[in-house]
Amino acid sequence: MHFSDLSNETYAALVGNKVRSSLTILGIVIGIGSVIAMISIGQGAQESVEDSIESIGSNLLMVYPGASRTTGMRGVSQGAGSAETLTTEDADAVSSSIQGISGVAPEVSTRVQIVANGNNTNTSVVGVTDTYADVRNITLDTGSFITASQTKGYAKVAVLGPTTRDDLFGENTDAIGQKIRMNGVIFTVIGILTEEGGTGFGSADDRILIPLSTEQQYITGSKAINTLYIKVAEDADMDTVQSNVTDVLMKTHNIADGGTADFTVYNQADIVETASSVTGTFTLLLGAVAGISLLVGGIGIMNMMLTTVTERTREIGLRKALGAKNKEITFQFLAEAVALTTIGGVIGIIFGWGTSTIIGAVSDLSTSVTLSPILLAFGVSATIGIIFGWYPARKASRLSPIEALRYE
Amino acid sequence: MISCANLVKTYNIGKDNELTVLHDVSFSVDTGEFVAIIGTSGSGKSTLMHILGALDRPTSGSYVLNNHDMLALSDDELADIRGRNIGFVFQSFNLLSRATVLRNVMLPLIYDNVVPVQERHARAEQALHAAGLPEDRWDHLSNQLSGGQMQRVAIARALVNNPSIIFADEPTGNLDSKTGEIVLDTFQKLNEEHGHTIILITHERYVAEHASRIIEIKDGHIVSDSQNATPRRVHMTS
Ligand SMILES: Nc1ncnc2c1ncn2[C@@H]1O[C@H](COP(=O)(O)OP(=O)(O)O)[C@@H](O)[C@H]1O
Ligand SMILES: [Mg+2]
Repeated sequence: MHFSDLSNETYAALVGNKVRSSLTILGIVIGIGSVIAMISIGQGAQESVEDSIESIGSNLLMVYPGASRTTGMRGVSQGAGSAETLTTEDADAVSSSIQGISGVAPEVSTRVQIVANGNNTNTSVVGVTDTYADVRNITLDTGSFITASQTKGYAKVAVLGPTTRDDLFGENTDAIGQKIRMNGVIFTVIGILTEEGGTGFGSADDRILIPLSTEQQYITGSKAINTLYIKVAEDADMDTVQSNVTDVLMKTHNIADGGTADFTVYNQADIVETASSVTGTFTLLLGAVAGISLLVGGIGIMNMMLTTVTERTREIGLRKALGAKNKEITFQFLAEAVALTTIGGVIGIIFGWGTSTIIGAVSDLSTSVTLSPILLAFGVSATIGIIFGWYPARKASRLSPIEALRYE
Repeated sequence: MISCANLVKTYNIGKDNELTVLHDVSFSVDTGEFVAIIGTSGSGKSTLMHILGALDRPTSGSYVLNNHDMLALSDDELADIRGRNIGFVFQSFNLLSRATVLRNVMLPLIYDNVVPVQERHARAEQALHAAGLPEDRWDHLSNQLSGGQMQRVAIARALVNNPSIIFADEPTGNLDSKTGEIVLDTFQKLNEEHGHTIILITHERYVAEHASRIIEIKDGHIVSDSQNATPRRVHMTS
């Protein structure tokens, strides 16, 4: 039997039962398509989490008040405001006594009701210093950033995030020079931040930056800061700087060696790692759900092949009478199963790819189609085709020609 | 060409319903003969044909076809012999209903590995001419044909690989008497003009009389075996 005969026979058999072939292919399409779409969503989530963490700034160390409770994310999510052990003096101590640092940016943040232009909004007001823009990779759309002298002089100036500007003054209006009121204090808008998009850590567009001293004086009423960002000059120095920071802060806080620190130092790698492992689990979970539908598709193939074998028993008998060997019957049925999974696989890849592109375009989820889930889905479907097609094919080939011919 | 001796076929050996269908069947057939095997329903004709056609194996006895000891061959070797040396015509035609006439006729050639692919079409046309199916039907789907035409397609399919012997099991059983005669006439022509060896199985004396030798079988025994000097002729022009 030539390969061309095998493919002709397969084609004729599949086209001869269009409806059933299409439904079986549909099962595989859904299985493979959902594997690819789900994994692309998971990987997209993973990448966007990693991106937004990286957008915090490269080579960044973060110091939070309070002792470390668990690792990673937990500290990040509840670090701010949970204790008042970190102050502006700590920031000064770090920047004056440690080598290898290119910038130190203390931050205090609290939610405040803001009134301007007859509009009301409630958002985060973040007290920062002039170094903040460099350390946190922040750029301005218009106007200027908070200067060192403004921080020193308790200036009542504010830099708005684009969303806050839109909320208070209307979309894309020029708000420079406008007045806003927070806690009864009037601030002048001096700059608007560039839109960052996304909802990741610290990249929100809806916030207001004011001088740290002003925030401590008029809004929080305390010397405490929520976070101390430290930008390390060289990648290679991260670990050294991290331990130096710990040592200096232990000393300024008068904590003896071996005592429990009342602050926690994280580096960016820790956070990326933790976040990635969380989204990795998420991807795996989505993949498992999709894998189940792939399995269901495979069982659909087996079901179709078994029905086909039963329905075509007489045909099998005839082919054997005409000289077909067992192997040739096996190949024929196997080829049908493999063809079904291959067609379903190709359409499924296109479908999954399309779905994930559409999801990425119309929703907030970002998606990322990579080669490995495509290979995985295709490999799995090919395996399913062979395994689930093999059993019915064997069954067909083992029929005795006369029993098969007699079959009604 | 065919030589069988003491063929015994027992079904369901060792079970309650054990049944011996063929008892000590011995005979031989020479190349170019047109033999009818006649017997009542259940006498064991089809069982015998299955064994002679290498579709089944006897419980005991010996069977030689074209110098092959058929009982010593493997299943794959028997499949090869069926594909290259044997043609079958069945009572119920057994065509692939969704395939065209030509595809049906060429079907044995895909398992044969002897006839080159580019010769298949010519072979099929030759066989269809020999079986007497008009050319304008060749591209029809086989389920669009009349019973008589279907049986001609089946005959063409049996001829296409130039077998040394053709087995026909009740080939007229599903046809009206007039179409049946056309089919019988075709077999006579194949035998007389093309020299094909034919074994025709029937329960009707009238049908058997178209052959030149008649073997009668009863309850699995051969009860008579005689030459038919004056085969019945079909008087028609088709
Ligand atoms: N596979 C089988 N298993 C059991 N009995 C069978 C089988 N095939 C045929 N028989 C029996 O063998 C006998 C002869 O059958 P068969 O050769 O088909 O007769 P015929 O073709 O002459 O009508 C019948 O009684 C039938 O029931
Ligand atoms: Mg019979």
